[in-house]
Amino acid sequence: MGVPIQLEVNGQTVRQEVEPRLLLVHFLRDVLGLTGTKIGCDTSQCGACTVLMDGHAVKSCTVLAVQADGSSITTIEGLAQDGKYHPVQEAFWEAHGLQCGYCTPGMILSVVDLLESHPSPSEAEIREGLEGNLCRCTGYHNIVRAVQIAAEAMGK
Amino acid sequence: MIPPKFDYHRPTSVQEAVQLLQSSPEAKVLAGGHSLIPLMKLRLAAPAAVIDIGRIPDLRGIQALDSGELRIGACTTHHEIATSQAVQRAAPLLAEAAAQIGDRQVRYRGTIGGNLAHADPASDLPAVVVALNATLQAEGPQGSRSIPAAEFFVDLMTTTLQPGEILTQIRVPALGQGTGSCYLKFEHPASGYALCGAAAIVSLNPDGSCAQARLCFNGVSARPVDAAAVAQALVGSDLSDGAIDAAVEDHLRVPDPVGDIHASASYRQELAKALGKRALKAARDRARG
Amino acid sequence: MTHGNGTRGIFGSAIKRREDPKLITGRAKYTDDLQLPGMAYAAILRSPFAHARIRHIDTSQALALEGVLAVFTAQDVEEAGIPGVVPVGWLLPTLKTPAHPILAKDRVRYVGDAVAVVVAEDRYTAHDALEAIQVDYEPLAAVADVRQAVEPGAPAVHEEAPDNVAFTWEIGDREGTDTAFQQAAHVAKLDIVNNRLIPNAMEPRAALADFDPATGELTLYMTTQNPHIHRLLMSLASIGLPEHKIRVVAPEVGGGFGSKIHHYVDEAIVSFASMKLGRPVKWTATRTETYQTDAHGRDHVTTAEMAIDGEGKILGVRVNTYAAMGAYLSTFAPAVPTYLYGTLLSGEYDIPHIYCHVTGVFTHTTPVDAYRGAGRPEATLVIERLVDECAHLAGMDPVELRRRNFVPPDKFPYQTQVALVYDSGNYEAALEKALEKVDYQQFRREQEEARRQGRYLGIGFSTYIEACGLAPSALVGQLGAQAGQWESAVVRVHPTGKVTVYSGSSGHGQGHETTFAQIVAAELGVPYEDVEIVEGDTEAIPHGWGTYGSRSAAVGGSAIATAARRVVDKAKKIAAHLLEAAEEDIVFEDGKFYVKGSPDQAKTLAEVSLQAYLAHNLPKGLEPALEATAFYDPANFVFPFGTHVAIVEVDPETGQVELKRYVAVDDVGNVINPLIVDGQIHGGIAQGVGQALYEGAVYDESGNLVTGTMLDYAVPKAHFLPAFETDRTVTPCPHNPLGVKGVGEAGTIASTAAVVNAVVDALRPFGVTHLNPPVTAEKVWKAIHGA
Repeated sequence: MGVPIQLEVNGQTVRQEVEPRLLLVHFLRDVLGLTGTKIGCDTSQCGACTVLMDGHAVKSCTVLAVQADGSSITTIEGLAQDGKYHPVQEAFWEAHGLQCGYCTPGMILSVVDLLESHPSPSEAEIREGLEGNLCRCTGYHNIVRAVQIAAEAMGK
Repeated sequence: MIPPKFDYHRPTSVQEAVQLLQSSPEAKVLAGGHSLIPLMKLRLAAPAAVIDIGRIPDLRGIQALDSGELRIGACTTHHEIATSQAVQRAAPLLAEAAAQIGDRQVRYRGTIGGNLAHADPASDLPAVVVALNATLQAEGPQGSRSIPAAEFFVDLMTTTLQPGEILTQIRVPALGQGTGSCYLKFEHPASGYALCGAAAIVSLNPDGSCAQARLCFNGVSARPVDAAAVAQALVGSDLSDGAIDAAVEDHLRVPDPVGDIHASASYRQELAKALGKRALKAARDRARG
Repeated sequence: MTHGNGTRGIFGSAIKRREDPKLITGRAKYTDDLQLPGMAYAAILRSPFAHARIRHIDTSQALALEGVLAVFTAQDVEEAGIPGVVPVGWLLPTLKTPAHPILAKDRVRYVGDAVAVVVAEDRYTAHDALEAIQVDYEPLAAVADVRQAVEPGAPAVHEEAPDNVAFTWEIGDREGTDTAFQQAAHVAKLDIVNNRLIPNAMEPRAALADFDPATGELTLYMTTQNPHIHRLLMSLASIGLPEHKIRVVAPEVGGGFGSKIHHYVDEAIVSFASMKLGRPVKWTATRTETYQTDAHGRDHVTTAEMAIDGEGKILGVRVNTYAAMGAYLSTFAPAVPTYLYGTLLSGEYDIPHIYCHVTGVFTHTTPVDAYRGAGRPEATLVIERLVDECAHLAGMDPVELRRRNFVPPDKFPYQTQVALVYDSGNYEAALEKALEKVDYQQFRREQEEARRQGRYLGIGFSTYIEACGLAPSALVGQLGAQAGQWESAVVRVHPTGKVTVYSGSSGHGQGHETTFAQIVAAELGVPYEDVEIVEGDTEAIPHGWGTYGSRSAAVGGSAIATAARRVVDKAKKIAAHLLEAAEEDIVFEDGKFYVKGSPDQAKTLAEVSLQAYLAHNLPKGLEPALEATAFYDPANFVFPFGTHVAIVEVDPETGQVELKRYVAVDDVGNVINPLIVDGQIHGGIAQGVGQALYEGAVYDESGNLVTGTMLDYAVPKAHFLPAFETDRTVTPCPHNPLGVKGVGEAGTIASTAAVVNAVVDALRPFGVTHLNPPVTAEKVWKAIHGA
């Protein structure tokens, strides 16, 4: 009853047989040990489980691992390159865009995707763009600042 | 949080999918999964089998015919629709509504076919496809059939799709010259679903008067509401703010308005009035260019 | 700053947090991220009924599933002979204390009450097995509403409290207040419902219990704000292991807001399961479970009155509150609507007569306990709404009425009529700063103009006071606390001069590793990078009380500063010996010790420390090594205060409220790290705005939580909120070594009242005088249209 899947996770090819009902987020966390991706709800609201799937931000709690067969996944562990933080990671640190850190991996990946489609977003676009990610600590103020800082850094 | 067990099938053609569905009537069709998986995680759905149609090439993509008609594969994502230039040209109402579904992450995975087949009355697309006079193509054991959008939605989460049928394509006629449209949503702050969503289309005569109008609502009833009387009242009018306000005030009737913990039935009707007026006015302004 | 400030300016500096690299890269390990060899997974079966008798539980089908290791029920707990309850940690004289068993025995009392636990080889199987347990329930009548619960004939939650009254409590002078009301020119009277809230820390609660049968030791990794409290209560009441055989560890903790203070049945259940099986057992709540079982906040029904004279001077305040306790008494539940509420009813005002009566009520709902602000937001909403209503009745500007009643700066320390002594304050300064930032007069002109155009703007003020850093221990003991309110710190200077600090505080997002290191770097004059902070492990740290009630800087930070100063004192003795000088001639500056007048002959802290450890040449009678421990018990609460201002616009056609501007001027005393302080204020504001406009836990008449998921209960999203405009005044706390107050709750305490006041202000033209939060669009629409 296991279904064989093959996908690329943070640049590494992964082959595995999985139960069809296995959620991508559990595949990443429990099977691959990539626990940077978080689970914050069970109704696809909070966005803590956001990863990049073929370059787009998706909620990995609402994707079956079998649906990710053949895709390329980037988790928070795979975002920094050559030991250098991604500009969005830098900006979250710089702007104090996180407190407890639990929403942060999903938030950062969501912002990476947002800045892909909106390289220099207005404040309203940033706030709208974050609607799929909940944060209970920051009131979003410094997250918005972080996105602005990252947008500027990436625009240079 | 954890879906129940199921058998998994991944057909490569519509025909194969239909056959699979026929051989396991307890199966559910999975497109993007953004309606079905949440239900399964809460164990509100426990299908014996899941038929994943997400990789069938025929079910993806947007095609614009010479007539201007759009043919949208059922597994086309909201993101693809919202950002498609063809859709923005031919049926900007659909693009505008698709851009308001869920959130960015959801729009990358959720599909038009999945959304419509799920028939959640608080979703954004049902009233829009009704307003656009779209046709829904279904494929079943008896072959293919076309269902006018207005006849597709039967009740809460219920459509005219028969057991064994799969929604394959959505055909959307292009809006004509001198036509404007607008989708406005008043969303529930938690879910983002529409407490009321208003889809308006307005076409102008050369003299600026109203040639045709359409006003449909999501969220206010168990199925999309077509406020045909409002539209009728507007035809021939000058589409002034006063004319629009009067048409809505005098002619908007919401049959069987829904009330729940998120909003009472009476409030939803008031939202429909407010949003209906605003959507019509915005559509008019866009028609006037 | 104090002596020895070698790293000048580090205290008060907006440095980036050292916690963040592990958080932004996904390397931080939260409880559910931990994986132990042989680990099994638990899932907890919860009652679907608010009130029912359990006739029978059949676990056989669940046990038959492949991968299921065990299913335990109350019977197993009983047979094991462990205490098997979770206790209440705050007692009141009239309090009824019915037992709260870790697994429901013959009766369930709220939707979510734990009935059985499944342990399986994996997460998925454990959840599957829940559905295979057959429970025969006999549903009973339930009551979820606090007022209905005290009606005669209401279904009783506990036999011990047939009228559902958990306690009654009063404070203040009833007769004097009644007399004062007779002199009033105006009396404002409001019926205020303070809405029930779900905390919504983004990380769901989790516990991983690892019992070693060979040593008899239990290690419990869990989502906790206070590991030592959990160890104490686990030992005393839940599983009966001696305290020294329990180690509680807080890994990374993803927010708490109070919800992770409390001792829940769940950590006791997994510990029990681990003890039974001899394997590590992990349980992680689903969000639905957290909604049903994390202690909720607020849920008050209050009648509040304020009397003023003809000049707008407040004569008295009279308050009668029914406060929900839920189905069981949670850890600190009785303190929240009493000593954290009634004592705050003087606000920032000089009020000669106050009387408050509180009835704590059992209902068939999730237990209620401290949630960010805990009692103080409720008090602030009462007082700040009353002040506005009084101003309205007297035809005065609400700002002017506040000014006339502020406790003036020369009146501190100020004894309120409700027990507290405010140690310091300068309320008008914060108000004036806020008024300037919003340009109040200009706003009123714009508001007038907008109203003429059919647009409805409103401004709302909240001139709030907060009492936090509960203290001193002897006093809170008299008030009923079964806990101390001091904090511990160990400052250990290593032989090389590097420093490790062990703190009894237990941060979960507040940035303690950064701010506490700033304190120590400033105290010891060592580089900030040379200081490491350790928290959240009962095995490493002396007893401590954890992080809640905005206490960590004021109490935990003070403990650290005190210990650091003791280190300096000892180092000075050694330095004097090494420099062959008298101790009183030694100067400590920039991390160096020298004889007055000879700074070039200095010994660094590292040099002194090495000698302290080598112990080859120490002053006679002095012990080796260089470390100090402090158990700091504060002399008083600390009293942050400030002015928050909300500006809203109401859409009269839909009732939608738009929060257009939010200005906050807070006085939290000396600021250790402005970046972190501002962040705390921002988050606090957002939570209070959530209560004001969006959030509210709703039960139906049968006691079902109808706002049971994130689809139904609105946690604020980014686009609901504006950028916040923050500023501060600085009135240092006069009684702690750092002059710091608290900042964690200030934003939440202030903001709900500011936003509600703003909406009511916007709706004045419609004759609206009061709305209860959450002020939803529908509620506003109905208020406008008289529906």
